[in-house]
Amino acid sequence: MSDLADLYQQTILEHNRRPRNFKKLEPADRSAEGDNPLCGDHLTVYLRLDDDVIKEIGFQGSGCAISTASASLMTAAVAGKSKTEAERLFHDFHEMVTGGPDAPADPRVLGKLAAFAGVRQFPARVKCASLSWHTLHAALAGAAQPVSTE
Amino acid sequence: MTIVRPPISAAAGSRPVLDVAKLRAEFPALQLKVRGSPLVYLDNAATSQKPRAVLDALTRYYEEGNANVHRGVHYLSEHATAAYDGAREKARRFLGAKEAREVLFVRGTTEGVNLVASSFGHANLKRGDEVLVSAMEHHSNIVPWQLICEERGARLTVIPMNRRGELLLDEYEKLLGPRTKIVAVVHVSNSLGTINPIREMVRLAHAKGIPVLVDGAQAAPHLPIDVQALGCDFYTVSGHKMFGPTGIGLLYGRADRLEALPPYQGGGDMIRSVTFAKTTFAPIPAKFEAGTPHIAGAIGLGAAIDYLGGLDREALAIHEQDLLRYATDRLSALPGVRVIGTAGHKASVVSFTVEGVHAHDVGTIVDQEGVAIRTGHHCTQPVMDFFGLPATARASFAFYNTRADVDALVAAVEKVQQVFGA
Repeated sequence: MSDLADLYQQTILEHNRRPRNFKKLEPADRSAEGDNPLCGDHLTVYLRLDDDVIKEIGFQGSGCAISTASASLMTAAVAGKSKTEAERLFHDFHEMVTGGPDAPADPRVLGKLAAFAGVRQFPARVKCASLSWHTLHAALAGAAQPVSTE
Repeated sequence: MTIVRPPISAAAGSRPVLDVAKLRAEFPALQLKVRGSPLVYLDNAATSQKPRAVLDALTRYYEEGNANVHRGVHYLSEHATAAYDGAREKARRFLGAKEAREVLFVRGTTEGVNLVASSFGHANLKRGDEVLVSAMEHHSNIVPWQLICEERGARLTVIPMNRRGELLLDEYEKLLGPRTKIVAVVHVSNSLGTINPIREMVRLAHAKGIPVLVDGAQAAPHLPIDVQALGCDFYTVSGHKMFGPTGIGLLYGRADRLEALPPYQGGGDMIRSVTFAKTTFAPIPAKFEAGTPHIAGAIGLGAAIDYLGGLDREALAIHEQDLLRYATDRLSALPGVRVIGTAGHKASVVSFTVEGVHAHDVGTIVDQEGVAIRTGHHCTQPVMDFFGLPATARASFAFYNTRADVDALVAAVEKVQQVFGA
């Protein structure tokens, strides 16, 4: 049960129930779609940029608790950040969820995103946690093709 | 919600009770412990576990009989050829085919469908023609047809279903038109459990001269199969879903149908003679078995067929129907749990949703209790779209499952609801 409690932390359950920034931005400067074909998760990330800064971010879609909460917490974490800062956060987040049991999950760097540290004990769920980040990355890069976790 | 009772009404008490514990003892994987709990394996529609007899047959072949088939004149090659051809004869009996040459070894149901879609499509499909599939097909009985339709300028048409997950036969009959060149339909739905009335569907198609391919992947582990009684032109199954090895399956094709098709792949073993100017092909089944086949797989599948043949399949079916009813009743009794697929005639497959919880989260949490189920779209995205769902959780039962397995699943789903405060 302890692994399970690590995965389904209150923060995650709460963001799943009440996702932040769950909205379409119209018009958006950038948007990208992401799919996880394994479980059918699908989401779209919308961005408004001010030069290099993410001024506003929203997402819509359907997915499991991990992917929904991850998208919600991601939008909260990157709003107001520069592209470079957002990519840096993606890197740190990715390191945390794909690292071994002792991979750092420094709340000073990752803030509330550290709630996803438990995901690394569930390899099948890493893609759920990282789908929104890959989609954000695609939106920032201006990719035309939907991203897929496969 | 309405619970539709499957039609089998035979009282279990009137027959000798199935000794499930004894059957389970023959499956090494069922003795596993997972995350500290005994494995409760309810993902049989994805793949079944294998009895000792199948594992032994594989090992014995590699240790004592390994040689290529249909080539050497030496002792081992003769031995392997006899075992391989023997497996084809077992498969003929299992499917109820008239002749062994009507049974091809393929990699699995997916390859069986691809073979027919490609060979039949190249020989018969023209611009404006139609291929009729059903609303509950697995992707493997949709995508191969889409590929060939695109290539030939043909069109895919779809037999609709109702909210219980039953095909609408009136609509089906109307869709059988002058441009329909083949019907490709699933016998038992992998995501809904529905058993389709194949015999009637074949009769309706044949009345208009249209051949029928049946995807029997989910039927083979649950129902006795008789391709001659069904009347179908093609029938395909996967070994690994019927207690045999992965990588091997069967494609039945009526002899005249197979003879009329061009080869699917070229290579050794499928030819009569080869020159750079021209190649003539071997007669069926060799024409469709290019290259060294999966000899061990065929022998292992033969062992699975022998194993099933030694069991009272009617008793197994009664036991599975009891599990289906029990699981349907117990899951439906949980608040917020909804069973998807309530056809009147079902195999032991129960898809369900838990209100407020995504299927993927259900799967992870029940796995922590040692319960293995499938979650997702089950390679039937059009079925999920029809029900307006992103995914379902699916428990699929084999004869070696028990009511205690159902109880473990229900307790695990209650745990899901605790975690999510549902």
